[in-house]
Amino acid sequence: MRVTAICTLVVATQLAGCGYNTFQTQDEQVKAAWSEVVNQYQRRADLIPNLVETVKGFAQQERDVLLGVTEARSKVGSIRATPELINDPEAFQKFQAAQGELTSALSRLMVVVEKYPELKSDQNFRDLQAQLEGTENRITVARNRYIASVQQYNVTVRSFPSNLTAMMFGYKTKPNFTVENEAAISKPPAVSFERKQ
Amino acid sequence: MIGSLAISGGASPRPAARRLSARGLLLAALALCAWPVAAQQPVPRLTGRVVDTTATLSPSERAGLEQKLAALEQRKGSQIAVLIVSTVQPEAIEQYSLRVAEAWQIGRGKTDDGIVIVVAKDDRLARIEVGYGLEGAVPDALGKRIIADQMIPRFRAGDYAGGLNDGVDALIKLVDVETLPPPTGPRRTERGADRERGDWSGILPFVLFFAFVVAPILRRVFGSLFGALAIGIGAGFITWFLSSVLFLAFGVGGVAFLLALVGLVGGPGRWSSGGGYWGGGGFGGFGGGGGGFRGGGGRFGGGGASGGW
Repeated sequence: MRVTAICTLVVATQLAGCGYNTFQTQDEQVKAAWSEVVNQYQRRADLIPNLVETVKGFAQQERDVLLGVTEARSKVGSIRATPELINDPEAFQKFQAAQGELTSALSRLMVVVEKYPELKSDQNFRDLQAQLEGTENRITVARNRYIASVQQYNVTVRSFPSNLTAMMFGYKTKPNFTVENEAAISKPPAVSFERKQ
Repeated sequence: MIGSLAISGGASPRPAARRLSARGLLLAALALCAWPVAAQQPVPRLTGRVVDTTATLSPSERAGLEQKLAALEQRKGSQIAVLIVSTVQPEAIEQYSLRVAEAWQIGRGKTDDGIVIVVAKDDRLARIEVGYGLEGAVPDALGKRIIADQMIPRFRAGDYAGGLNDGVDALIKLVDVETLPPPTGPRRTERGADRERGDWSGILPFVLFFAFVVAPILRRVFGSLFGALAIGIGAGFITWFLSSVLFLAFGVGGVAFLLALVGLVGGPGRWSSGGGYWGGGGFGGFGGGGGGFRGGGGRFGGGGASGGW
């Protein structure tokens, strides 16, 4: 009887101990996934100056649109995207909103580019466009992986018995990309994906 | 089915019929819930370096391509695979290609130097999916150029073999100049899945639970011999499930059976530190074996380029 009691105690502590270890692993996974998302967004922001210069070379009169893109980019740059951002839902929202604005500005730019066939066939611009498309895809992939890792983490935070461990050590659920923002942000610059080459 | 429900519901139901129609309704509801809303295209099995589900390439064309790709792998260690499907609807080709690349795990595990070329014939789309390790060698802009300049003009003319050959040649040229870790000798494929199984501390509590709680119950219920058998089978099954290595499962199961028989495990009041031999650790590396082309565990991040015609 005593043996059984000791065994149950050992098993119970193992389970609780395991919960703690799971948190460490999954928390780090979420952080890593988030860093990747930030990385890819940064990569997109880095493409913008070159893109604006190239378009300016052919479509100087489209100053409004170009200005819009530049402004959206500087707004994104003003938000410091640290790993701690995911622990602060409000800052997370701001980050999402800023990135969404940049996406819209880029879409408008791509629509405008359609009017300039010389620009469209410029090799430099085509390379930039390819890089932009690739980066948008990478952003989507990074976001999906982040969403998956946050789901896993949040499930652990909310399930029994690991939610007890969570309460003990102060682990809260982390924010996820919301659906309305999802629609706005994940819509890539529509025209640049056009298949007619 | 709905019709029969209506009929049975319409007549003045006796208690049994009423129960039946309710059950029928529940089944119908469950069936509807289980119905896939929009079925994704399945990822074809990796049967070789060139997988052609549309039978577009002739056997000689395919062999030629596979030879080039095999030579590249021997030379540099990096893997390139080609997939031709008819359609990827309802997904975007980027989504589908990533699923394929993640399932096949083309490229070596540590270096992620894999490339997957996906051609959706009926959709008239093509994509080069580049692994993490080759994003420097094949940046998006170059990938796009290969698709637009080498592959699509030929695809437009219906020459799929020519387009693929040109595309593969261009990619091989780019990969050849890249510095990559040298290829290992006879390929010990690391099964990508093994990398996920590093952490054994996760299963230890379940193992302890089984050994100290379930086992005594089994012994009491089934008696000494059958209890030991049950313990052996259970231990073997858990081991097989965790390591996918059959002989190991048999071994562990056999040892568990003998120990249980003797009474070391599951014996009431005879609790020795039998937990020792459960400690797993380091079962990785029993990678797969015999011939056939396998992915090496390479990972992809969505880099590459797409194009259409």
